[in-house]
Amino acid sequence: MARHFVSTTINGDEVEFACQPGQTLLEVLRTELGMTGTKNGCGSGDCGACTVIVNDRPVNACLVLGVELEGADIETNEGMAKGNQLHPLQQKFLDHAALQCGICTPGILNMAKALLAKNPDPTESEVRYGLAGNLCRCTGYDKIVRAVLDAAKEMRVNN
Amino acid sequence: MINDNSKTNFQWVGKRTRRPDGVDKVTGRARYGDDMSMPGMLHCKVLRSPHAHARIISIDTSKATALKGVKGVLTSAEIPDHPLSKPPYAPIINDMHDISRNVMARDKVFYDGHAVAAVAATSERIAKAALKLIDVKYEILPHVLDPIEAVHPDAPILHEDQFTYLGGKTSEKPSNLFRSSVGERGDLEKGFSEADIIVERDFSSAPVHQGYIEPLACVATTSEDGCVELWTTTQGHFVIRALCAGLLNIELAKVRVTASEIGGGFGGKNTIYGEPIAIRLSQMTGRPVRMVMSRTEVFRASGPTVGSRTHVKMGVKTDGTITAAEAETWYQAGAFKGAPTGRAVETYFSAYTIANAKATVHDVCVNRPKVAAYRAPGAPMAAFAAEAVINELAGRIGMDPVDFRLKNAVTEGDQSLGGSVYGSIGLIEVLNQTKNHPHYSAPLGPNQGRGLALGYWMHGGGLSSVSSHLLDDGTVTVATGNPDIGGSRSSMRVMAAEELGIDIELIKPIVADTGSMGYSHLTAGSRTTFATGWAVVNSIREIIGKLCALAAKKWEIDVADVSWEAGQAVSTKSGDSIKPLTLKELAGMATKMGGAIAGHSEINAGGAGAAFCLQLVDVEVDPETGFVIAKRHTVIQDVGRAISPDYVEGQMQGGAVQGIGWALNEEYVYDDQGRLQNTGFLDYRMPVASDVPMIDTVLVEVPNPNHPYGVRGVGEPTLVSAPAAVANAVENAIGQQMSSLPLSPPTVLKACGQVQNAAE
Repeated sequence: MARHFVSTTINGDEVEFACQPGQTLLEVLRTELGMTGTKNGCGSGDCGACTVIVNDRPVNACLVLGVELEGADIETNEGMAKGNQLHPLQQKFLDHAALQCGICTPGILNMAKALLAKNPDPTESEVRYGLAGNLCRCTGYDKIVRAVLDAAKEMRVNN
Repeated sequence: MINDNSKTNFQWVGKRTRRPDGVDKVTGRARYGDDMSMPGMLHCKVLRSPHAHARIISIDTSKATALKGVKGVLTSAEIPDHPLSKPPYAPIINDMHDISRNVMARDKVFYDGHAVAAVAATSERIAKAALKLIDVKYEILPHVLDPIEAVHPDAPILHEDQFTYLGGKTSEKPSNLFRSSVGERGDLEKGFSEADIIVERDFSSAPVHQGYIEPLACVATTSEDGCVELWTTTQGHFVIRALCAGLLNIELAKVRVTASEIGGGFGGKNTIYGEPIAIRLSQMTGRPVRMVMSRTEVFRASGPTVGSRTHVKMGVKTDGTITAAEAETWYQAGAFKGAPTGRAVETYFSAYTIANAKATVHDVCVNRPKVAAYRAPGAPMAAFAAEAVINELAGRIGMDPVDFRLKNAVTEGDQSLGGSVYGSIGLIEVLNQTKNHPHYSAPLGPNQGRGLALGYWMHGGGLSSVSSHLLDDGTVTVATGNPDIGGSRSSMRVMAAEELGIDIELIKPIVADTGSMGYSHLTAGSRTTFATGWAVVNSIREIIGKLCALAAKKWEIDVADVSWEAGQAVSTKSGDSIKPLTLKELAGMATKMGGAIAGHSEINAGGAGAAFCLQLVDVEVDPETGFVIAKRHTVIQDVGRAISPDYVEGQMQGGAVQGIGWALNEEYVYDDQGRLQNTGFLDYRMPVASDVPMIDTVLVEVPNPNHPYGVRGVGEPTLVSAPAAVANAVENAIGQQMSSLPLSPPTVLKACGQVQNAAE
């Protein structure tokens, strides 16, 4: 099947990939580029495990086609830390024990990052609704919500 | 008694420490089942039955085999058959005859989603295209889903070779009822005759799925000399090895299984589904084979928990004494026998001293996927029914529900209906903490109700192996055979550091493969921190013994005069001024003075603790839509001793929210043909962040004397009482009995309508 060449920026690097018309961004990241930090939970946009940020907007990578991404700026979980410096959200997830199995964590971190970019001082309720598209089956969300609120506080102080 | 638990001043136990697997999980490095690929790997897809019950007349795979890119096609002909188990049966049955047929249907399909053929191809797209070329001819048979209908004499029979086994006797005719578990004491008739008030109610609950976010996934590779390597997401790679080797007739030593990082399990990853298919296709093609289930396949073809029908009858005196209790429950085992009936008997009335009690639980085959464990298998449905009646009895005699429970509460030495004799338990402490908790007396708003329920779980012990190694620089590796589903690596590290008296960062916990370790049973039933943690302590104590011997050799004194204190060997000879040797100093000497130092432990741990958990839940009901939302939720649980409080709280919070989902929304929905209708997360509605409040936790610590650090286990009790507590809160809010889970909006709206009609 004919492949299309697509030029993108992924985590700040220029990345060109070849993909089939039906391949999703999730498939491109995981199978074509070997970037398995973006997780597959359902493939139908219902669980949020594959949440990545495309042109500053959080999207389910399983619902976007690779060929749609010419010129796009894509951020995945692998690019969140700067060198050895964890992103404040990553740090707070560790501090608050906001993960158990960790399969939902990359998607939730991306969703939270996008949420805080739009709303740096969210209420608990705004965090809960902001993360309502990301399923977590282990934690009951309590420690996740606390970690996001605490990270928001720290990011406000540091900005 | 292993431990008098008098020590309470710890360096690491009970502290909030960073989890050792955390950084890999926040940076995307952690590798799960689907994150493995190998050169030349083929992709496997499975053709599944569209029928709930049908005879397979023929399967023609010739067109699929001929498709370019297809390297192998498999049907049940490629899976070895095994004889049916014969009575008397083990309490928990692992029947290879059934597993063989569940992995790949043989002569009949028993549920929508049952595997009938599999293809390995050079891409997933080709594999999917090939499935469409496989021609299966079925003779559709009548199906049955309800467990009470399934035991009716006219019900369609799933297995012509299954007979009911009761009281040591086998029935004459085939039956969907495999067996019944019974627990009883006293004289029910006498007990009910002594009662002032008797309450009887019927209950039901829908089957629910574990809902782990990571789908089942594995990669198998085999070699010409018959060796198998398997990478899979599992709660127990030693069990997977045993099942795959047993099913496929391969020697155990030739099967090496590596557990991937696991993306949630909750009991659902205790057994095999795609693993033997991937292994056989690899053997047939000579290539590595990856098999990943879609979310739809996970719902249709992996085991949910049982759905249930229950009748409960209880009698009470006006002074609050429960005189008699009786329960009969029918569990949907699914396509093959093995519903958790014994655990249900163990659950019934377990918190109460009732002189006359009986529980009977039936294991009934029906046309849906074979049951798998789900966090406290068999217990939440039993607790839902029993606790609803307990609350009703308290109300009928005008007694506070906690006082009522205190009056009848079991204590050390009492026995469950399943036969467990309670050791040191914290039920009274849990009930007293409930009464003193501000949540218990907080005011409620309009359309709100408060629910309360108790849960109980007897945790597991069993086989665990640990291999710990001291390295030259004074760091330590601790290898266990248990996949880490809830933070066990953190707890293993804490216990090892506590024993050694060194910084936890010097210890690296590892989940080792089946080729590296002795047998370790599943990470399930909250056995890991208890049993494997105990083996960790043993292995480290062996290392400490060797370190003391090394110091004695160095100092040329008797080893009896050396003790281990705060991370160093110390001479205890009176008047001796020998400078202590630190772990690091000794580690550096070891290989020059005798050899590397390691500690091993292979144990069969007994003495696991029982735990009770009380939950208080406030819900608000929207009378116009029937929508219910939890507003406040408190979990009060006897946790033994919390090795890692963060992860203990996490278990309680996660279990509580799974219980909210079970109570309010989650269910398998079938059409009239027995086809599952809600095969995705959009329609199988698990709680999302905006559905739930913060979950407050109260960690009641009554240490288990049978563990070096008092560990009891914490994963299950919260889920046991959560659905019951939520349902009780809805009853309280709308003043109507709610006896059928889930309490989804249409059900609640209907009940609200009944209340209004009654008022008019």
